Amino acid sequence: MTEEKHPEEQILQEGDPNTTGHIWDGIKEFDNPMPRWWLWTFYATIAWGVVYTVLYPAWPLVSSATSGVLGYSTRGEVAADIATFEEMNAPIRAQIEEVELAAITADENPDLYNYAIQGGGAIFRTWCAQCHGSGAAGAVGYPNLLDDDWLWGGSVDEIHYTISHGIRNEDDFDARYSEMTAFDEILSDEEITSVVQYVRNLSNQEHDATLAAAGEEVFLNNCASCHMDDGTGDRFLGAPNLTDAIWLYGGDEASLEHTVRFSRFGVMPPWSAEASAAGRLSEAEIRSVSIYVHSLGGGE
Amino acid sequence: MLQLRDLGSRWNSPGWLESSRYRGTTKGRSMLDYVKLLILGLVAVLAAIAASYARDMIYMIHMILVMVTAAGLFLWQLRRTDEPVPAAVLEAEYMDGPVRVGVALTAFWGVVGFLVGVFIAFQLAFPELNFEWAQGYLNFGRLRPLHTSAVIFAFGGTGLLASSFYVVQRTSAARLWGGGLAWFVLWGYQFFILLAATAYVLGGTQGREYAEPEWYIDLWLTIVWVAYLLLFLGTLLKRKEPHIYVANWFYLSFIVTVAMLHVVNNLAVPVSIFGSRSVSLMSGVQDAMTQWWYGHNAVGFFLTAGFLGMMYYFIPKQAERPVYSYKLSIIHFWALIFLYIWAGPHHLHYTALPDWASTLGMVFSVVLWMPSWGGMINGLMTLSGAWDKLRTDPILRMMVTSVAFYGMSTFEGPMMSIRAVNSLSHYTDWTIGHVHSGALGWNGMITFGMLYYLVPKLWGKERLYSLRMVSWHYWLATIGIVLYAASMWVTGIMEGLMWREVDAQGFLVNSFADTVAAKFPMYVVRGLGGTMFLGGALIMSYNLWMTVRKGAAKADTTVAAPAE
Repeated sequence: MTEEKHPEEQILQEGDPNTTGHIWDGIKEFDNPMPRWWLWTFYATIAWGVVYTVLYPAWPLVSSATSGVLGYSTRGEVAADIATFEEMNAPIRAQIEEVELAAITADENPDLYNYAIQGGGAIFRTWCAQCHGSGAAGAVGYPNLLDDDWLWGGSVDEIHYTISHGIRNEDDFDARYSEMTAFDEILSDEEITSVVQYVRNLSNQEHDATLAAAGEEVFLNNCASCHMDDGTGDRFLGAPNLTDAIWLYGGDEASLEHTVRFSRFGVMPPWSAEASAAGRLSEAEIRSVSIYVHSLGGGE
Repeated sequence: MLQLRDLGSRWNSPGWLESSRYRGTTKGRSMLDYVKLLILGLVAVLAAIAASYARDMIYMIHMILVMVTAAGLFLWQLRRTDEPVPAAVLEAEYMDGPVRVGVALTAFWGVVGFLVGVFIAFQLAFPELNFEWAQGYLNFGRLRPLHTSAVIFAFGGTGLLASSFYVVQRTSAARLWGGGLAWFVLWGYQFFILLAATAYVLGGTQGREYAEPEWYIDLWLTIVWVAYLLLFLGTLLKRKEPHIYVANWFYLSFIVTVAMLHVVNNLAVPVSIFGSRSVSLMSGVQDAMTQWWYGHNAVGFFLTAGFLGMMYYFIPKQAERPVYSYKLSIIHFWALIFLYIWAGPHHLHYTALPDWASTLGMVFSVVLWMPSWGGMINGLMTLSGAWDKLRTDPILRMMVTSVAFYGMSTFEGPMMSIRAVNSLSHYTDWTIGHVHSGALGWNGMITFGMLYYLVPKLWGKERLYSLRMVSWHYWLATIGIVLYAASMWVTGIMEGLMWREVDAQGFLVNSFADTVAAKFPMYVVRGLGGTMFLGGALIMSYNLWMTVRKGAAKADTTVAAPAE
């Protein structure tokens, strides 16, 4: 009867254990016990699990959870890691505030230099990258910090001053300050057009020679006091050098005309604890990020 | 002229290249036919309306697809209605038509899924393969979900449907319940795959890993899945065996749990009923936890429980040996399904997830180790008394290797869930390697074994076209997996170590781009491993095709009748 019912019934071999007696489409099942090593390992993992959940935060209660007798937490683990390094780096941080900035170089103070570059880089990517870009290449209106054209000076001390006090902000009395005149109502349209051509001439760009020649006088009378007679600018006033190919707001005719007519007024916040209400960066942090920016390529 | 309905009847018969073997016909005038016509007509009209109001392209394309499909089925149904239908030959026979179609589709989706996988593997190694002209369609971000869904849901899912249809009938000695319901489930599921795949390429995703399809596709899958559940339960209920075979426990747990996971994880509010976008019902860490409760149990119940069902039938059959231990199968089944469902939080170690949930996820994952291995033991030990067959039977070798990979990845998984290990492995390629040793080794190999076993049986052939080709497939696939897993271990651990490397002052040493550059050689090795795996699958497809076309017919081609 079983043969009819199960055409492919499995044939047992000599020495096979008992089967359970079930047959499905010919398949049978041995009545073997569970392997002991398997069972005991299973029990062991359960026992381990119980112990582990006592030691570590595990069981949810009504509005909280058991916190585990070891007092472990992942946040605590991170905090401990951070604290370890903070403590380890405390002497370096103290030194960074004392040592003269210009002396913090890879050769003279490798530990301080590494701390400043790595830590300063992290600070830059956190606080500065929003305007100056994560690679510090800047954007229209936000200076590129990789080139060697500096509005207010590219020595590490000048950079440190700029970061500490910012530019044209109202929060810090010591902020760097200057204001370009808006010539829209001072100069005639012809004068503006010609001075734009003169500036394009200064920076070796394509220009109308006749207009540029006429613009020279306009420039010397109105612009040279800040941008200098030869157009190379004045860092004391943050007046840009107009003879290089680097433009903060664009060197095309339309941008230049806009700048001449309406001026520009770029603002940077102060970052030092004393100067800003927010007190965003410590002195060690400002010094670190100054060294970082100085290292990017254009530092003087 | 070829009648459309002949297509169905061909697949319904093992001698599908021969003439139809209906034994008689009666005039059928079924009420059900008219209900079907009504529904299909209504769906076509509603889809046309939805398409014309569509707020985005993906939705419009999908509604046009629905409309065309429903209209086509309407015409097909109309031509069948009031035609003579085959008489009552059916209840006495197993329903193998959907199994045959499912088996063919499984092989097809396997090749498609592996191909996309190989391509995106090389895209990672050579970014130029993200062609400029194909941006927004064939770049890595679009193809990655296409690959994962094609292998898990199209290849794996169709393989599970087909094998479960076959196994539940044989082990219950009963024909599939529900008349043509199995056809609906099979083709409905394929339509789900079609909608999901087209959406991915066009950018239609709700951004949940392994649950990317948008709300209306989810609703459709829910309908299909409930039909699958009814089909499976209905067949079990009318079984003629006193007990339910262990394979069916696993299949049933897979069907039930996937239904639950799918519904809960896809709770969302559509922005408009005429648009594809939706907003998840949960937010923040709850949303993340729901997603990984789903994600992990997709592994647990789709890729583990479902495929254990496959393993529990095909290994004893191919080895012609009884299952090693009935007791073990009971205990490891219940332990597995009880424990798996809690293991999801290990995907969210060191995130906003509270520590207690993370601990529990880890503990349940480690305790899950032995219950997972229960399946491996039962699979391997079933060969006791038949180990010699491994020398001569490449199909059995494939199945056994599959179980070995299952054992390896179910050890690796609990280990990676341990918080300390996870802090190194998480977000690295180690995870990718782990997934693939499970997916290629376990799911892939057992499915290949299932296909090799079933094709000659389903098409009434004496044997496979070529066993040598099976051996070639076996070695290509095995070496491919080893290359894949080993290269991902190397790059994963290297990546993890590079990410966490700090200098004496605690600053990170490497940038992310440094790790990307360092991984290049291993990415090439991984791509080669994938290519070998794909090559094996192509050989298999040819072998199966030639078996169907040229294989010597078995003397007696009748499908065994269910026992009385």
